[in-house]
Amino acid sequence: MLLFIEQLLNGLQLGVMLFLMSAGLTLVFGIMQVINLAHGSFYMIGAFVAATVAVRSGSFLLGMAVALPVAAAVGMIVEFTILRRLYDRDHLDQVLATFGLIFFFNELTRIIWGRQPLFMDVPPWLGGAVELLPGVHYPVYRLAIILVGTFVALFLYLLFSRTRLGMQIRAGASNREMVAALGVNIRLLYTLVFGLGTMLAALAGIMAGPILAVEVGMGESILILTFVVIVIGGIGSVRGALVGALLVGMVDTLGRVYLPDLLSVLFSSATADTLGASLSSMSVYILMAIVLTCKPAGLFPAQN
Amino acid sequence: MRTMFNRKTVLNGIGLLFFLLLPPFTQIFGHEYLLSLFSRILIYGLAAASLDLILGYGGMVSLGHAVFMGIGGYSVGILAFHSYESSALLSWPVVLGGTENALLAWPFAVLTAGLFGLITGAICLRTKGMHFIMITLAFAQMAYYFFVSLGKFGGSDGLSLNGRNSLPGLDLGSDVSFYYLCLAILVIFLVVAHRLVRSHFGRVISACRENEQRVQVLGFASYRYKLACYSFSAAAAGLAGALLTNQSEFISPGLMHWTKSGELMVMVLLGGMGTLTGPVLGAATLLLMEDVLAMYTEHWMIILGPFLIIVVLFAKRGLYGILVGSKDNHD
Repeated sequence: MLLFIEQLLNGLQLGVMLFLMSAGLTLVFGIMQVINLAHGSFYMIGAFVAATVAVRSGSFLLGMAVALPVAAAVGMIVEFTILRRLYDRDHLDQVLATFGLIFFFNELTRIIWGRQPLFMDVPPWLGGAVELLPGVHYPVYRLAIILVGTFVALFLYLLFSRTRLGMQIRAGASNREMVAALGVNIRLLYTLVFGLGTMLAALAGIMAGPILAVEVGMGESILILTFVVIVIGGIGSVRGALVGALLVGMVDTLGRVYLPDLLSVLFSSATADTLGASLSSMSVYILMAIVLTCKPAGLFPAQN
Repeated sequence: MRTMFNRKTVLNGIGLLFFLLLPPFTQIFGHEYLLSLFSRILIYGLAAASLDLILGYGGMVSLGHAVFMGIGGYSVGILAFHSYESSALLSWPVVLGGTENALLAWPFAVLTAGLFGLITGAICLRTKGMHFIMITLAFAQMAYYFFVSLGKFGGSDGLSLNGRNSLPGLDLGSDVSFYYLCLAILVIFLVVAHRLVRSHFGRVISACRENEQRVQVLGFASYRYKLACYSFSAAAAGLAGALLTNQSEFISPGLMHWTKSGELMVMVLLGGMGTLTGPVLGAATLLLMEDVLAMYTEHWMIILGPFLIIVVLFAKRGLYGILVGSKDNHD
């Protein structure tokens, strides 16, 4: 039971990371109708910049304060120079151009930082573990991730439902021409939204830094999971991204822990181990296939 | 229209002549390593042309096409593995052993890849647009992780073959004969696919790309047409995978990683979508570029990435489209 609670929290933490990634991506998907494979690159850039600054200065917060604007700036430059030209093109062109961006950013990172992974320490003031329930110790840093994710979700909700900017973004998603005709600078708005999405991806990368190795290619592994989240949640819906992220986080984490045990009831232990390992790494994709078979537009399709 | 047709024929003729004459030249000038590079070009050309069938003609943007190559490759690899071990591949309901005979292994690879295409296609084709891209990607990742976890067949390290498959009357171990076999298979596929896209079936597929609703209103079961096209394309990619596994005598899950699917897409777009021969040119360009750039710098991807973006932004019709120089490069 104690292990189960701990795994639930782990699932929640993975879900929160995925939410940070997918919130930005689903905004770009939903509002600009553009597929951005390079979203994982911004996650990687955030992690690399933060790790470098944090190691040099010894301050995790300073690393974050530098990495977020840098990543947002890189994102906005990419939007301004390349993606802007792809809004009216079909998805194939978007996939290919952003695929080219992945090549570029991965190699650039290799040139600047080399092939060795960087390591980032958990900041001392977030180190250690806290006793949540009698007998359940959980690392403070992972709790902090969950907390940050909750704040971001709340922030996005307020931004979209309570502010003028959020209203314009929502309006731009449903009718671009009309909003532009009403005097809103829609191009600038798109650049800002893209910058926001990039910043969220970079935030996910920074938070992941102390848990995972900061290395080239880290973006791609989380990118695919992010796509799964978005498709399950419904493309363009932030609420869907939240539900999808938590679902994927839970299924992936709990599947890895409990599937081999469950299968050992049915099969011999060797078969159960092999089958469990393959099934648990496939579980989120199976979940996605099931969701798409039943609801081809995802769980919470965006209205339009 | 007549002159355009001629220009295309001349280009294809030059291409074929080049590939036919390559082996004697490599032997005269002592660049035998080129033969294995060009064998790979022919094989990737086959895979890219098969992707072009669904991508360029059918408008089905699949980001998981490499999985069919992987399945074709593993079919050959696993059959060969059981043949060395002389163990049974399947002991129930019928006993099936492994084999190294190309006449058995390659059709098996084509069948399994086609069947996988049929099953996954049946689900994928229920969706459209972005969802289709994502679900093809998801199935490819599923297969990727499945083979990564198959410890018996090497897991993520992959599976090495003891040698190429055997084919009665032809020594596949010889690079020259293997090269010509790949060329023959590619040419046959291109001729068949060319006839296919000009047939009634192909017209319906192209029409689905333009306006599927209208096709349905005209009384065609568009879903079935698309599914048939998808599985045919998967089967052809399976054959390419079987050939590639023989060429390198090695197969690993890396072959079905999503970036491989992306590369296949790049080949199609680089060469020219909806042209069938264009993707072969695209495969040649991409693989040669990798090879040449890698000679100058290990960071060749920093050149390839921006090059790709420029092609997408400014040369939409691909190299073949530029060479043929006509607006209408479909069919």
